[in-house]
Amino acid sequence: MPSTLLNSQEMNRAISRIAHEILEKNHGTENLVLVGIRTRGVYLAERLRDKIAAIESTTLEMGLLDITLYRDDVGQAAQKPILKKTEIPFSLSDKKIVLCDDVLFTGRTIRAAIDGIMDFGRPACVQLAVIIDRGHRELPIRPDFVGKNIPTSRDMMVKVKFKEVDGEDKVVVHEGAS
Amino acid sequence: MKLIIKNGRVIDPANGLDGLHDVLIDKGKIAAVAKPGGLSGEESGAKILEADGKVVAPGFVDMHVHFREPGYEYKETIQSGCESAAAGGFTTVAVMPNTDPINDNRSVTELIQNVAQAKGAVNVLVIGAITTGLKGTKLAEMTDMREAGAIAFSDDGKPVMDSEMMRRAFEYSRLFDVPLIQHSEILELTSGGCMNEGAVSTELGLKGMPTEAEDIMVYRDIALLERTGGRLHVAHISSAGAVDLVRMAKAKGLPVTCEAAPHHFTLTDEAVRGFDTNAKMSPPLRALKDVHAIKEGLKDSTIDIIATDHAPHDVVGKEVEFDKACFGIIGLETALPLTLRLVDDKTITLRQAVEKLTSRPAEIFNLDCGSLSVGANADAVIFDPEAEYVFDMSHIKSKSKNSPFLGWKMKGKILHTLVRGKTVFKAEI
Amino acid sequence: MSLKGKDILGMRDLTEEEIVDILDSADSFKEISEREIKKVPALRGRTIINLFLEPSTRTRTSFEIAGKRLSADVINISGSGSSLAKGETLMDTARNLEAMRPDILVLRHSGPGAPHMIAKLLKSSVINAGDGAHEHPSQALLDLLTIRQNKKELKGLKVAIVGDISHSRVARSNILAMNTLGMKVTVVGPPTMIPVEIEKLGVSVEYNLERAIRDVDVILMLRIQLERQESLLFSSLREYSNLYGLTSEKLKKAPSDVLIIHPGPVNRGVEISPDVMDGPHSLILDQVTNGVAVRMALMYLLLGANLETNN
Repeated sequence: MPSTLLNSQEMNRAISRIAHEILEKNHGTENLVLVGIRTRGVYLAERLRDKIAAIESTTLEMGLLDITLYRDDVGQAAQKPILKKTEIPFSLSDKKIVLCDDVLFTGRTIRAAIDGIMDFGRPACVQLAVIIDRGHRELPIRPDFVGKNIPTSRDMMVKVKFKEVDGEDKVVVHEGAS
Repeated sequence: MKLIIKNGRVIDPANGLDGLHDVLIDKGKIAAVAKPGGLSGEESGAKILEADGKVVAPGFVDMHVHFREPGYEYKETIQSGCESAAAGGFTTVAVMPNTDPINDNRSVTELIQNVAQAKGAVNVLVIGAITTGLKGTKLAEMTDMREAGAIAFSDDGKPVMDSEMMRRAFEYSRLFDVPLIQHSEILELTSGGCMNEGAVSTELGLKGMPTEAEDIMVYRDIALLERTGGRLHVAHISSAGAVDLVRMAKAKGLPVTCEAAPHHFTLTDEAVRGFDTNAKMSPPLRALKDVHAIKEGLKDSTIDIIATDHAPHDVVGKEVEFDKACFGIIGLETALPLTLRLVDDKTITLRQAVEKLTSRPAEIFNLDCGSLSVGANADAVIFDPEAEYVFDMSHIKSKSKNSPFLGWKMKGKILHTLVRGKTVFKAEI
Repeated sequence: MSLKGKDILGMRDLTEEEIVDILDSADSFKEISEREIKKVPALRGRTIINLFLEPSTRTRTSFEIAGKRLSADVINISGSGSSLAKGETLMDTARNLEAMRPDILVLRHSGPGAPHMIAKLLKSSVINAGDGAHEHPSQALLDLLTIRQNKKELKGLKVAIVGDISHSRVARSNILAMNTLGMKVTVVGPPTMIPVEIEKLGVSVEYNLERAIRDVDVILMLRIQLERQESLLFSSLREYSNLYGLTSEKLKKAPSDVLIIHPGPVNRGVEISPDVMDGPHSLILDQVTNGVAVRMALMYLLLGANLETNN
């Protein structure tokens, strides 16, 4: 049975806090852009953009990144490859990028995303925002903004649900192998 | 040494026999055929071959094979071809002249006969060329070859395109009165073609060979023959139109006969879809309506005989692009089971099947074989029409393996083949 | 998604779902070619051999660029430089190339079925880049992608394919694919260039160009091979052009939103007049752009076919 880690309110509060932390760390919105990793990182990026717009009355530019082509397990994993469009309609050169994803786990997705970003130019810096950090890193990657740290075992499954696709905002964890 | 084949279902169309009989063979000849037990007086000192109710028939006669020797021994030799024939139940085969050198003169005819004599397990008859070098421009020395033993003439593989040439060939053939065998194909209509022209060639983008190419030449030859005299035997008939033309010619009383190859009544051009080069032959596999017409022709005896057009090719000839591959397939070892499919689907009777493989070719080509008459050479075959097996590489005695029937479930198995009373093939059981 | 087979040999083998998946993927791949750095690492370390035994510039370049934009190592072998020119059989050449462990062999060959025979022989994936007059699946896919970008839905569209249908692999692949997708195809050309029993492929036949294009959504013009003048198929280029050349005059008979595609290379002024070729209906250059995306999609789907996207 899945157990709930964050409910809708808690999730909203965490995202609000991340928005404030981003503004604080970057001293405002200048040169700041958001890049969401498909699929669920995009919803986090959208939420952050809206929150920041409400705080600063500036709407940040936002890109969508599909990391499928940058993965290191092409041809190894068992599931269907659905290549979705990458949409970054602006130059990333000299931008401060906040990379957004739902769950940080091994770090391999983020490695792929950083490679992807570099193909769009040379950013001033890349920061990472995630809703859940569940540990078990396999690469030297750490998040700059975290909604909640949750110690997990390797075979647990953590899922961040968004209203937009899942009908509700919620973070749940399944015990055991998925 | 005497041999008695006991308790076989003897099918000998030449003598109107179909029933359980014992057959006595002595000194390589048929000595007696009697009701079961009727030869008990002969049993002492005789070897007994128990046929156990299986079919005993005259050895099969194939009037259309290519044994590739001399010249292309890497594809087949007379020796390997004869082994393949024996395994298929054939005791007499007629070899086509497209060897290298071409059999268009007495010395090649004699060479083939000598090699066959020395190394051939079965009787090898020789078909000489109609024109020198199969070039279609000059008559070959047919009377000389006939004297040396040639039993028919053909430019097989290459049709005699020039109508004047063919007219003269028919006229000339009256000197020795054997059939001229034509591979009927108007080459202008098939240039570059590698399969039947139709819906399948259209989809596959392969150049087609229309049935009209066959029909037109069959008609031309019939028309010439009506004036010239002589005899026409249409090789490997494959189109509905050609079957109709032969039927009409026969109705007119013209001396026209024809043969069909097992692949032409078994497969259609759909078999080309996988680009299997073993589905490439000339004439090509045709459409379903042509297959129906051939079956109809076999049924009403418009088509006189079944001949395999056994055409061995090695991998160099076949393991290439479809349009570049050689035409032809081996056929001796699949002829019986494929012919028996016609018996199963009630196209012809078992007796008709045996007739088209034995007495009828002997009759057309005036051969001393094809029956179990007392005094005849003891060329015989014992087969089990019900035995089932999968045809695979291990069965093939031919040097070449180019068969589209590999992997097919077959019904009808040769158990024993005898030439002049001697066993030349015995199935492993 | 994934493709069922290990090879892309012809449109006859692909289901509607597979075709749509390939087009969807190709849509996503288009973006990579618009970037400043036109390269993704998806097929890093993979080897693709382009074995082109018939002259080709556009298709070979397109496959090469596609492979390189996916970071694969692409090797080109052409007819004259190959061991086939030294008498080796195609099968042996293929076996030798296979021994060097390529991941994909892209084959252009004049013989129908050549890639099919090789695909049976090899463990590598084989992409048919045109086999004689048989099939040219990546061309049909890029044609479909181009049409789809300009029309809402493919299903129900009416297409006229004009020219030498007999000798056209582009026509065959498009006919097969368009049938699968529920499009309606009419082939147009002189009777000498319409192969027998083509109706059995599910198309209708029309000999008059103006009548054929009256209510079509797409006109696919085929290249007329100039060397066929010597054949028995038509009297002269001039007469062919008069009858089947697409001019702005004839185009007036077609609906105003008709799309014109052509597999190239174009004989300007023969099968299509210069003003039509450069006019607003023509999508010929879009086709070329889409060709790269389609071929990237095919390579990616063949090699990356077992891949997950989540987490």
